[in-house]
Amino acid sequence: MSLLAVAGLTKRFGGVVATRDVSFRVAPGELVGVIGPNGAGKSTLFDLVTGFTPPDAGEVRLDGRPITGRRPDEIARLGVARTFQKLRPFPDLTAIENVMIGAFQKTADVGAARAAALEVLAGVGLAERAEAPARGLSTGQRKRLELARALATRPRLLLLDEVTGGVDQATVPGLLRLVRDLHAGGLSLIVIEHNMRVIMELAQRVVALALGEVIADGPPEAIVRDHRVIDAYLGESWRG
Amino acid sequence: MAAAGAARPVLKRAVLLAALAAALAVPAVVTLPFPRHVIIMIFLYGALASAWNILAGYCGQISLGHAVFFGTGAYTSSLLGRELGLTPWLGMVAGAAAAALLSQVIGYPVFRLRGHYFAIATIAVGEIAHTLVANWDWAGGARGLFVPIKRPDSLLDFQFHDSKAVYYYIALGLLLLALGVTHRLERSRRGYYFRAVRDDQEVAASLGVHVAREKRRAIAVSAALTAACGTFWAQYLLYIDPESVFPLALSILICLVAVLGGVGTLWGPVLGAAVLVPLSEGTRIWLGGGGQALDLLIYGALIVVISVVQPAGIMGLLRRRPAGSAR
Repeated sequence: MSLLAVAGLTKRFGGVVATRDVSFRVAPGELVGVIGPNGAGKSTLFDLVTGFTPPDAGEVRLDGRPITGRRPDEIARLGVARTFQKLRPFPDLTAIENVMIGAFQKTADVGAARAAALEVLAGVGLAERAEAPARGLSTGQRKRLELARALATRPRLLLLDEVTGGVDQATVPGLLRLVRDLHAGGLSLIVIEHNMRVIMELAQRVVALALGEVIADGPPEAIVRDHRVIDAYLGESWRG
Repeated sequence: MAAAGAARPVLKRAVLLAALAAALAVPAVVTLPFPRHVIIMIFLYGALASAWNILAGYCGQISLGHAVFFGTGAYTSSLLGRELGLTPWLGMVAGAAAAALLSQVIGYPVFRLRGHYFAIATIAVGEIAHTLVANWDWAGGARGLFVPIKRPDSLLDFQFHDSKAVYYYIALGLLLLALGVTHRLERSRRGYYFRAVRDDQEVAASLGVHVAREKRRAIAVSAALTAACGTFWAQYLLYIDPESVFPLALSILICLVAVLGGVGTLWGPVLGAAVLVPLSEGTRIWLGGGGQALDLLIYGALIVVISVVQPAGIMGLLRRRPAGSAR
């Protein structure tokens, strides 16, 4: 059975259709990439899956059970974690406190949450910044913090909105290694990514969106040769 | 470093115990009614600002309508005393429960608003409550309520005419209660959740935090503590009216005390009260009735100074010192 099954998701904002009849599945342990030009509906799709935006039509199922219309915190407690495209640390909390908020999902004990948070921070290479206020972290560190916070909830499915967006080139390989390790550890992921080379490297399957619709769904090698994808997203330069 | 880390909590505990012992001994040394009154007011406003701080400082919901809960506490105990002869202590418990309940009714629509809009809505709620009570004849209307004087002094009746010493200890107890609740909060998952809600509601929700429920809990605790202070106020003055327990000025003052001291910190509200209350009582004495506007002028100037120089309040000033001088 699919871990996540999205069927016919449609969302309109006023007259603008953000997503139209979007359907795809994620199998347990799969890493699915989502690509598409700006405004294709990628982030809206995340909002729909995680309950931040109610869909106008369609259904989201987790383990075969419908979760459409549930609150974001309920969906999070069911094991779906996410990051946000714009980095949003809790600015007045320290790095470790940020991660503890996630860890509290599995324990009410402050000491246990702290220990778990430190472990996750170490996993993303931020252990030595644990007591630093989140507002004082660099962009690359915030990206890792965002990831650690979501991971601390011990999700079964992790939705990453732009892994490499906004970070300097030197940080990218480390972040990618992290994501690959998580996937190797058995975590299922949906990853939004602008960088085609990154998505080719990471994803087992790619869902391509354009103007709110799924225009292609398949292995990365097939996606880069798909004419609709090339026209909508990659453009002439890729073909050349 | 390990030695310093181990010594610090011990030192901190010693300082706290010494402060507590000093607070307990004060009535033996300070025997004049007026200085005692000033200290009682510091404790009362410290407790009120601490209660406000739980909702606003930790959970980030800036209320400018807390007088509603203060008034609820004052009126509940006074009316229960008048109608049923209930001791104000039980009245205090009933008032706290009533305020907690009322806070849920208010919170349901008002928590849908955020930031400034939430604050504005709480002002409106406060003014509505003020007007309703002022026109509620059974509850004394605009004339207010007298708490019947009972002699001799008795703890059960919560009235002490011979000396302010007992009021002093009760006010100290209220302050310690508010601080104790805050301290426990700081060390619990709930406290972390409150701060997460304050910093970013959506992100908190994405991590499994039931945002609406955390806000409801914060306002319930905050309202109950505020109401207990209201009952104390009624028993301390033995006369309440809408103008004294429901005014917007009181809501703003509670907020100001906490902001001056430092929001979102355990000791900030106490520090704020220790600075503002003597200032207010002082201008009242020195300038008499004519000085009424002057203390507001000083408050206004203080607000400007705080926001420009140190938005983190007095606690922020203390924290600039080498690490360890504050938490």
